[in-house]
Amino acid sequence: MKVVAALSGGVDSAVAAARAVDAGHEVVGVHLALSRSPAANRVGSRGCCTIEDSHDARRVADVLGIPFYIWDLSELFETEVIDDFVSEYALGRTPNPCLRCNEKIKFTAVLDRSVAMGFDAVCTGHYARIVDGPDGRELHRAVDPEKDQSYVLAVLKEEQLSRAMFPLGDTHKVDIRAEAAARGLLVADKPDSHDICFVPDGNTAGWLHNRLGDAPGDIIDATTGELVGQHEGAYAFTVGQRRGVGLGRPAADGARRYVVGVDTSTSTVMVGPPTLLHVDQISGERARWCGRALIEPTQALVQVRAHGEAVPARIEVNGNEVTALLDESLRGVAAGQAMVIYDATRVIGSSTISRATRR
Amino acid sequence: MSKQTVYFDYAATAPMRPEALAAMTSELAVVGNASSLHASGRRARRVVEESRESIASVLNVKPRDVVFTSGGTEADNLAIKGIYSMRRLVNPSLRRILTSPIEHHAVLDPVESLGETRKAEVRYLSADNVGRVDLDWLKTELERGSEVISLVAVMWANNEVGTIQRVAEISELCAGFKIPFHCDAVQAVGQLPVDASLVDSLALSGHKVGGPIGVGALVLRPGVNPIPLLHGGGQERDIRSGTLDTPAIAGLAAAIVAANGDMAERTTRVRKLRDDLVKRVMATITDVKRNGDPDDSLPGIANLSFEGCEGDALLLLLDAAGIECSRGSACTAGVPQPSHVLLAMGLDPQTARSSLRFSLGMNSTQADVDRLIEVLPDIVARARRAGTPRA
Repeated sequence: MKVVAALSGGVDSAVAAARAVDAGHEVVGVHLALSRSPAANRVGSRGCCTIEDSHDARRVADVLGIPFYIWDLSELFETEVIDDFVSEYALGRTPNPCLRCNEKIKFTAVLDRSVAMGFDAVCTGHYARIVDGPDGRELHRAVDPEKDQSYVLAVLKEEQLSRAMFPLGDTHKVDIRAEAAARGLLVADKPDSHDICFVPDGNTAGWLHNRLGDAPGDIIDATTGELVGQHEGAYAFTVGQRRGVGLGRPAADGARRYVVGVDTSTSTVMVGPPTLLHVDQISGERARWCGRALIEPTQALVQVRAHGEAVPARIEVNGNEVTALLDESLRGVAAGQAMVIYDATRVIGSSTISRATRR
Repeated sequence: MSKQTVYFDYAATAPMRPEALAAMTSELAVVGNASSLHASGRRARRVVEESRESIASVLNVKPRDVVFTSGGTEADNLAIKGIYSMRRLVNPSLRRILTSPIEHHAVLDPVESLGETRKAEVRYLSADNVGRVDLDWLKTELERGSEVISLVAVMWANNEVGTIQRVAEISELCAGFKIPFHCDAVQAVGQLPVDASLVDSLALSGHKVGGPIGVGALVLRPGVNPIPLLHGGGQERDIRSGTLDTPAIAGLAAAIVAANGDMAERTTRVRKLRDDLVKRVMATITDVKRNGDPDDSLPGIANLSFEGCEGDALLLLLDAAGIECSRGSACTAGVPQPSHVLLAMGLDPQTARSSLRFSLGMNSTQADVDRLIEVLPDIVARARRAGTPRA
């Protein structure tokens, strides 16, 4: 096959591309330039698409003996991922930009472009497995539970999966690093990326404040209705958050206060004890299915954040809306995050969380 | 079809001419610092001076006017920064620099840098839709500001679209106001007769002429004395210190002499191939636009816009087919930007992004053009299907 290997300049995509070459594919390395003003260098695990990263990607391609190009998708990334990120936060939701990037950039813009140019597939260093099942291509968790990225890929439909290659899903990260070293790839001990790539200092609240400006309002105790503080923008708060709420004094009972509600329309942040965070009914919109859509109510597992655990639930589907009735309650479920539905290791589909309540 | 490389990127760098390779390699094999006083040094110095004399002869200047540099970029920087500094030292009010928006970055960026750090006031002359500088505009600027203008910098021929400037007229205008005129002739030398005595300062580069990379020269009219960028051993009349690179200088001279020798025959042949390429591309592919002056341009350059696709998609697919060409534009942070030259000529950014530069030269053949015409229609169709991945 003719394969476009996305090379971020990190160790995972490097080994993924190397494995695609070993498998006999005709591979072309492509570094995606997603930032409109890339920094010169990485700082630890922070940042992305720096000049240093594109240099590292180029050197990986050299070692693998494959052509290398840089594709500028920064404008599209800005409109499809960053603008969406900002407008979701402005609505008081907590989006996952990695999911959005996989959906709109890597497996739509890049994949469509590659296919139009005559390539058969796009290869990435994501930790997930694609399995040929009885009804077609299936997306499964990676064997390394620490690195599994099936959650951020759960937006992919079967036709996208049929043109995706994830060569790392069967291997643990520690072995990928060893393999990179054995292959002579200079990125073998480069730190993993964390946080949001376009928020280089990791300070999401500050970054949002630059974009959205001041929107001061009240912090209200959800139990007593009492005004307990002020904030500079409700958009910067996420349900379940405890740190950085900035309340000058503890609650009357001395208990810790968590963000339990965010309403950007009234610029109000509600705080309360952790008990208020418990939910057992989660509603989602924008359902996407990796394969056949669920129609009948089904017992499955749901995962509501990137590094959360999957918990058992009864899933009911109504058109594009999904409701999960959890067997046991969960704490701190934020609107805007994805709810991914699993059958054991297999991704059935996903939806964007719109509401989380107690039955 | 066998996958043999077709090289259409002469304007980026040209293959070494055999004469240059021979001259350079024989020099690499022997010891000698051209500034040393002993026999080995004298031998090396003789090679440098003979090289200087042959280059001067081709360019119609005196040998002492030729200052060797590390390449075209250094020559442009030395001229612009050095002349600006010298002029302001004499008269601090000479802060204005006139240049064109279609210059190479080796000219634009030093000019911008002087604006940012040395109080220079930069004025850009306008260019028309084929990339030729407006001489009326220049004349008006000179008349209005001659008492504050430090220098004028306009290239001899453009590297992206090939358009040749009216160097003699610009020279005459500048001379009328006694304002130094620097001309970047990196793309012109070897492609058309260049009379360096027309200008006050002229930059050239080795590897565009079939010489080695890493060597060039600045040709200076007597009395034009730029303040050096590099201070040290005082080589090159104290204008450019640094041990003389005898092998590279020998290669540069051999290339310039050889290119001058076969110029008429070679450029006639290359121009014919280039015209054939353009004609057949336009005949086989729809919505192709040619950029630059079709008549008065460098013989080997064809800059074409392919509506509805991205130049980088075309480049990737051509590369995969063994055909090497260029976006003809600079990269910022590794990402190709729409060409400032094409934008200055009035192209919209999307059309500028859809452009490729094919540059032909000494070893280009009819078979190269045939091969391009064979694969290009399918490649353009695929690139058009891939579209323009923008918001």
